[in-house]
Amino acid sequence: MITINALNDVFPILIQGIKITVSVLLASIVLGYLTAFVAGFCRLSKNVILRKITGFYVEVFRGTSLIVQLFWLYYAFPILFGIEVGSNFWAGVLAISLNYGAYMSEIVRGSILSVAKGQTEAATALNMSRFQRMRLVVFPQAVRMMLPEFGNYLILMLKSTSLVSLIGMTDILYYGDILRSSNLSQAPMVYLLVLIFYFILALPLIWLTRKLEGFSKKGVASQ
Amino acid sequence: MNSWSWEVFFDAFPAVLEGLGITISLTIACYLFALVFGFGWTFIRRIPIKPIRWLIIWVMEFIRSTPPLVQLFFIFYAWPMVPVIGVALDPFTSAVLGLGIHYSTYIGEVYRSGIENVDSGQWEASTALNFSNRQKWTKIILPQAIPPTIPMLGNYLIIMFKEVPLASTIGVLGILSMANDYGAQYWRYLEPLTIVAILFLILSYPSAILINRLEKKMNRRFDKKTVLGRMNKGKGAVM
Amino acid sequence: MNEPMVKFKDVHKSFGDVEVLKGINLDLMPAEKVAVIGPSGSGKTTIIRMLMTLEQPTSGSIIVDGENLWQMEKSGRLVTANEKHLRQVRGDIGMVFQHFNLFPHMTILQNCMTAPIHVKQENKASAKARAIEMLDKVGLGDKLDNYPSQISGGQKQRVAMARALVMRPKIMLFDEVTSALDPELVEEVLEVIRDIAHEGRMTMVLVTHEMEFARDIADRVLFLDKGVIAEQGTPSEVFGHSENERLDSFLRRFRR
Ligand SMILES: Nc1ncnc2c1ncn2[C@@H]1O[C@H](COP(=O)(O)OP(=O)(O)OP(=O)(O)O)[C@@H](O)[C@H]1O
Ligand SMILES: [Mg+2]
Repeated sequence: MITINALNDVFPILIQGIKITVSVLLASIVLGYLTAFVAGFCRLSKNVILRKITGFYVEVFRGTSLIVQLFWLYYAFPILFGIEVGSNFWAGVLAISLNYGAYMSEIVRGSILSVAKGQTEAATALNMSRFQRMRLVVFPQAVRMMLPEFGNYLILMLKSTSLVSLIGMTDILYYGDILRSSNLSQAPMVYLLVLIFYFILALPLIWLTRKLEGFSKKGVASQ
Repeated sequence: MNSWSWEVFFDAFPAVLEGLGITISLTIACYLFALVFGFGWTFIRRIPIKPIRWLIIWVMEFIRSTPPLVQLFFIFYAWPMVPVIGVALDPFTSAVLGLGIHYSTYIGEVYRSGIENVDSGQWEASTALNFSNRQKWTKIILPQAIPPTIPMLGNYLIIMFKEVPLASTIGVLGILSMANDYGAQYWRYLEPLTIVAILFLILSYPSAILINRLEKKMNRRFDKKTVLGRMNKGKGAVM
Repeated sequence: MNEPMVKFKDVHKSFGDVEVLKGINLDLMPAEKVAVIGPSGSGKTTIIRMLMTLEQPTSGSIIVDGENLWQMEKSGRLVTANEKHLRQVRGDIGMVFQHFNLFPHMTILQNCMTAPIHVKQENKASAKARAIEMLDKVGLGDKLDNYPSQISGGQKQRVAMARALVMRPKIMLFDEVTSALDPELVEEVLEVIRDIAHEGRMTMVLVTHEMEFARDIADRVLFLDKGVIAEQGTPSEVFGHSENERLDSFLRRFRR
């Protein structure tokens, strides 16, 4: 009985945080994939400077940890450049999407490079232009290779949204922490519930990842 | 607001560096825990009773797809409050358990892919040679399954290193905590946080290169082309 | 006398320090069918890959239908051709690969329609009609909506030929198109090439290990050895007895 009552108290409060968690996730997904494609293509560009700069970005963001990047963007960046990132929302979204964008750009690059050379050659033999070869032949196959990996990153991004509570965003975990500090004996149920919330959000992403894996099995000629 | 100051940088540097020992030892402790626990997952998910196997797979999925930060909080704040079995744990131990368990589910998958990559003929051959079950594993299967996974496992060491600063949130005094403390004390966050970032880069980048080399060498040795270093991805047919 | 369709003038090709082709001189006449034979590693594939612009010659020039393939004039000087120039000249050339290289993400029909639509800007209806016509011709009219992974190797190779033919090339290159096939599938592919050859209009270069077939359809046979054309002539000259020691021993391996 006590548990049921406590659940009644806890649930409605936690659910307030869902909106923030989901919006941070969605914004990070969009921006993260965008970053991944832009950076991935830049690293394949013929322009050396572009390649070097993007390479630097990728190595820096893959070489440091997300929580450090988040704090840096939130606390340090505004001091250094005298500009605010906008809000803690944008600091969170930027950190997550730049971090995972860097990782995923390697997937974009690797997938494009691992489309079999014969595919480009066949496209050349059909007299396609460089752009047509990429658009019609290489890229559609590379995307199929990227998809399952991209699916895995969806779940990683979901998990990482919990960090925004550390810079004061009112997400699920934030409300969980509030509840815990007001009544420590509730802590087990509160955090279990928080975990279950995240798991429920993860379920469609897990399902999607499986789907993408199935889809990507067809239609790729890799080296 | 004043921007970058070298004075602050050099003042903060030793303060931040003080946390490096903790960060590194926590990394190693979490990693070893995950390596050992990962084995546990790999074996219990082979239990031939379907409902149990099914349950274990879902527990792994649950741990893997929920945030490690929340899991840390659960172990540190909530576990002591759990009736009967709950005990209070210090931050360091909580972090080892939290991050160790979280990443053991990933490591368990690495082991599994290694084992699945061993040709089924090897099982048959070892049966034909009348090895005991134990011998099959220790003499035939594992010696073949583990070496190809070494680069992947190495990757997880680096990933763990970058995940460890999460433990600053429950009070483990690693480099990130030190930087935050310095920031709170002098209201200067830029330099200490930059130092943390630099330390991470300095330590993880060379290791990443090392592992990359190792991986290339392994791939050559095992005559296996892994796309993006992923295990278990067969060579696609050329159409 | 006709102008040659393709002219190789002292073409050399090195990969790193290794010189693979050591001065190739060759004229291909319009509608001529040339078979290229020779031991593995002698440079057969490299010759036709340079003609297809997949490999750049180290020196020498290749003239296609009067146009210099790998060089172009720029403010009075000869410079290495750019992509635009290559596209202009290679439009007349088609190629069929040893490993088919079909586009796995497209159906058979799409494989044969994509280039006409995007490269030649044909409208969709006529590209489709022609693709179907060609696929019918190679005996795959009933597989239009299949994916490459769903058909046999011999069928894949026939699709690859249809895909090249829809572009109406004046020159067709075949690189050991049957050597990746199971023996029982070889004949169906050779049959299609025979048909194309008998129509007569195209210049064809066939790199092949099928000696019977080469004797059948070639007007001329080249024996490539160690990066040079060591012997050439009509099929009966080359396959008859020859003074060339290496050609003899090469051919002996095919007679049993
Ligand atoms: N991209 C390359 N890089 C380095 N060496 C190459 C390359 N392509 C071909 N070669 C070398 O050039 C030589 C000629 O190759 P080529 O493929 O033209 O021979 P081939 O006559 O077609 O042989 P096969 O009958 O085996 O197909 C070979 O020794 C080969 O190793
Ligand atoms: Mg060849």
